[in-house]
Amino acid sequence: MDTNSDTNTDILIIGGGNAALSAAITAAEKGAKVTILESAPEAMRGGNSRHTRNLRCRHDGPLSVLQDSYSEEEYMQDLLAVTKGNTNEQLARIAIGRSAECVPWLEAHGVRFQSALSGTLSLERTNAFFLGGGKALVNALYRTAQACGVTIVYEADVTHLEIDEARVTRVDYTANDEVHSLAPKAVIAAAGGFQANIEWLERAWGPAARNFRIRGTPYNRGAVLADLQAQDVQTVGDEKQCHAVAIDGRAPHFDGGIVTRLDCVVYSVVVNQNAERFYDEGEDVWPKRYAIWGRLVAEQPEQVAYAIIDSRAQGLFMPSVFPPEQADTIEDLADKLGLDSGALAKTIETYNAACGTEDGFTPGKLDGLSTVGVMPAKTNWARRIIDPPFSAYALRPGITFTYFGLRVNERAQVMSKEGPVQNLWAAGEIMAGSILGEGYLAGFGMTIGNVFGRIAGEEAANYAR
Amino acid sequence: MHADTQSEAQRQLTVCNACRYCEGYCSVFPEITRHKDFGLAEISHLANLCHNCRGCYYACQFTAPHEFDLNLPQILATARQESWTDFAFPNAFARRFQTSGAAISLAMIIGISAIFGLAQTFGRIGNGSGFYAVMSHALMVAIFMPAFLLPLGVMGIGLRRYWVQVGGGWIRPKDVWAAVSAAATMKNLSGGHGEGCNYEDADRYSNTRRYMHHLTMYGFLLCFASTSTGTIYHYLLDYPAPYPLLSLPKLFGISGGVSLSFGTLGLMWLKTKSDGHLDAAAYSTGDFAFVMLLFLVSTTGLLLYIQGLFDVLVAQMLVIHLGTVLTLFLLLPYSKMAHGFYRLTALVQDAIRKRSR
Repeated sequence: MDTNSDTNTDILIIGGGNAALSAAITAAEKGAKVTILESAPEAMRGGNSRHTRNLRCRHDGPLSVLQDSYSEEEYMQDLLAVTKGNTNEQLARIAIGRSAECVPWLEAHGVRFQSALSGTLSLERTNAFFLGGGKALVNALYRTAQACGVTIVYEADVTHLEIDEARVTRVDYTANDEVHSLAPKAVIAAAGGFQANIEWLERAWGPAARNFRIRGTPYNRGAVLADLQAQDVQTVGDEKQCHAVAIDGRAPHFDGGIVTRLDCVVYSVVVNQNAERFYDEGEDVWPKRYAIWGRLVAEQPEQVAYAIIDSRAQGLFMPSVFPPEQADTIEDLADKLGLDSGALAKTIETYNAACGTEDGFTPGKLDGLSTVGVMPAKTNWARRIIDPPFSAYALRPGITFTYFGLRVNERAQVMSKEGPVQNLWAAGEIMAGSILGEGYLAGFGMTIGNVFGRIAGEEAANYAR
Repeated sequence: MHADTQSEAQRQLTVCNACRYCEGYCSVFPEITRHKDFGLAEISHLANLCHNCRGCYYACQFTAPHEFDLNLPQILATARQESWTDFAFPNAFARRFQTSGAAISLAMIIGISAIFGLAQTFGRIGNGSGFYAVMSHALMVAIFMPAFLLPLGVMGIGLRRYWVQVGGGWIRPKDVWAAVSAAATMKNLSGGHGEGCNYEDADRYSNTRRYMHHLTMYGFLLCFASTSTGTIYHYLLDYPAPYPLLSLPKLFGISGGVSLSFGTLGLMWLKTKSDGHLDAAAYSTGDFAFVMLLFLVSTTGLLLYIQGLFDVLVAQMLVIHLGTVLTLFLLLPYSKMAHGFYRLTALVQDAIRKRSR
C-alpha cells in the first residue's frame, strides 16, 4: 500500500459539505492541521449542501435577516410534532440551543444571508436564507477553509477506517487512481447519508427503490457509514427512514435539486397508475405536508402518481421546470399519461360530484372546502376539475437524505458498543438520524450540520493538540 | 435575436424561475418571478437589466457538469448583444461591428486622423490661438456637432424600438430617479450585500469592477462636463479657449481624463482575469474595442494637454485625439457605448414595473 507523503495531518475530515467545512474551519482556527477528503470533483463539491437554501435558527430577537423571535421551546415543539417524538432529546436540545450561533458564525466565515425567498414567507421568522443558496454557502466556506490552511483533496473515496482498541488507527482512500493511507490523530466523519447508493436503498425498500429519484448529490453513497457499520460501531435509525418528497416524475435520476419540486398537489386531484385517488390532497398547507408525499407515492404501484388540475389552478403554485401534459378532455389527458381513460374519467367524475360550494376558496390557507361522500376525502381546496385545458404532472418519490446513521454522544463522538471511539467524531447527515427519527423540519439538516460540525471540529482539535 | 439564443434563454430562465435562490443578488431575479413564460420581450428586458455581475453563476447548483448546464450570465450577455443589433439602425452595420469592432474602430481612428492630418498639411485650417491655431473652432464645431447629434438620434431610434418591444409604459419622474440612482451607485454590481460582484477571482466578492466602472463612467461624465462648460464659456460668456488650469473646463477635463484612463485600464485588466466563458464570447471584440476606444480618447486628451504645455508635436496629437473622439461619437449606437443607454432604459422600465406591482 502506497503511503501518502502528507501524513502529518492532525485531523482528517471525510466529506465536503456544510458539516465537514464547519468542522474544518473550527479545527483549523484552533491551530490544527486539517485535511478534507471530498469524494466529488471540485465542480460538484459540497454534498447535499449545494442544493440547500436555509437553516433554522433559534433567536431571542431580530437576528440578521430573521424577524421577531423563535424560542428554544417553540423550536423543540416543532421538532417533536414532525418527528412524533422520535428524537434524541439531549442531542436535539444541543442542536436547537446552539442554532442561535449559526448565523453569526456563518456570517463571520463569509456566508451572506437574504430575507425569505418569494413563496416561502411561512419560513421568514424561523429560517435564515443563504444569499444565492447552498452552493454560495459552500463556496464561501471552502474559501475560508483554504484561507485557514485547510488542505482539500477532491475525488477522494474513503475505502476503510481501521479501528483498533477504540481508536481509528488508519484511513484508506483512493484519489487519482492511487491508493493512499493516512494515520491522523483524529477523524471526523461528515460524509452524508447513503441515499445515492441505489443498491442499499433497494435492500431497504425492495425493487421500488429503482423508481426513486435522488434529489441531491450522487456522491453520498454511504461508503464510510457501511464501513463503520461492519465494525463495532453503533448505528441509529431505520434504513427506510428518509426525507422524501413528491417531485416531478421527469426529474433526472440524481441532482435535480429544488427545481424538480411540485407545489400543485393541494390544488389537484392525485391519482395512481390505476387512476385511483389514494390520499387527502388538501390535508394541510403544502409546506407542512410536502414531506409526506414522497412516501405516499413510494407506496403506489410503480412508484408513480399524477397530479391533475384544471386551468383555474394554473398560477396558484410555483411554476415547474417541466411543462405539464395538457388536454382538453380528461379522457385525452389519460391517454397522454398512459392511464385507463374510462377509469380516470370516473375518478374525476366521482370527485367532482363530491365537491360542494366553491365560495371561499382561499389558496395558501385552510379554507375548509371539503368533499362529501368520497373516500379519501379532500378536506381543503376541493374545487371541481371542470375547466379545460386539464394539466397533469407526474410525481415520483424524491429522496433528499436517509436518516439511518451513526450514533453519537453529546460531544459528537461516534459510539462503539463499548463506548465512544476515542478519536472519531461525526457531523451532518451521517448522524442526523439521532435527532430526526422521522419527519422533517425545513432547514434543520443544515443546523445539525453546522452545530455538530463545530462541536466535532472543536473536540477533535482539543484531542489532537 | 437568434432563435437559438431565444430558446436557450427561455430554457434557462424557466429553470431559474423554478429555483429562485438568487433573488437577493440583483434586479433580474425578482423580475423573473413575475413571469411564467419568457418570450422575446421578457428576454430582451432581462438581458438589458443584467449587469453581468456573475453572482448567480457561481451560486448556481445547475451549472455544468450538471445536465441542466446553466450559464445565465453568458446567455443574457448574448441576448443583450443581439438585442442591441436588432434595435440598432442601420442593422447591417451594427451586426458587422459586433464581430469586427476592434478593426472598424482602428480603421476609423486612422482614417479620420489622416483626413485631419492631410487637411492640416495642405490647407491652413486654423487661425486662432491654442488648438485653434491648428484647427479653427468653427471647423471643429461643424464636424463634431453633427457627429455627436446624429448618433444620438440613431441611438434614440434604438431605444424607442426597445421600449416598444418590452411593452413601454408611462414614465414618472421617480422612475427616472430610481434608475439614475441605481446606475450612479451601480447597485446591481453590489451583489445585494454591498461587497460587490464575482468577476476577477471566481466566486470571491469584490467591488473592484464596480469602482473601475465608477472611474470610467464618472470620468466620462467629467470630460463631457468639460466640453459643456467650454461651450457655455465660448458662446454665452464670449470666452474662447485656451483656458487656464484653474478653470472649469480644464479641471473637469483633466480629472475626468485621468479617471477615465485609470478606469478603462482597470476594466481591461479585470477582463483579462475574468472567465470569458461567462460573457458573450462571440461579441467580445466589439466589447473590448469600446473600452480601448475610451482609453484612447482620455489618454490622447491628456497627452495633448501635456504636449501643449511643452509645445511638442501638438498638431499631430490633436489630429489623433480628434480622430479617436470622432470615432467614439460616430460608433456610439453600435459600440458598447449603447449599453449605458439601454441599461438606464431597462432600469427605468424596472422601476415602472416595481411601482405598478
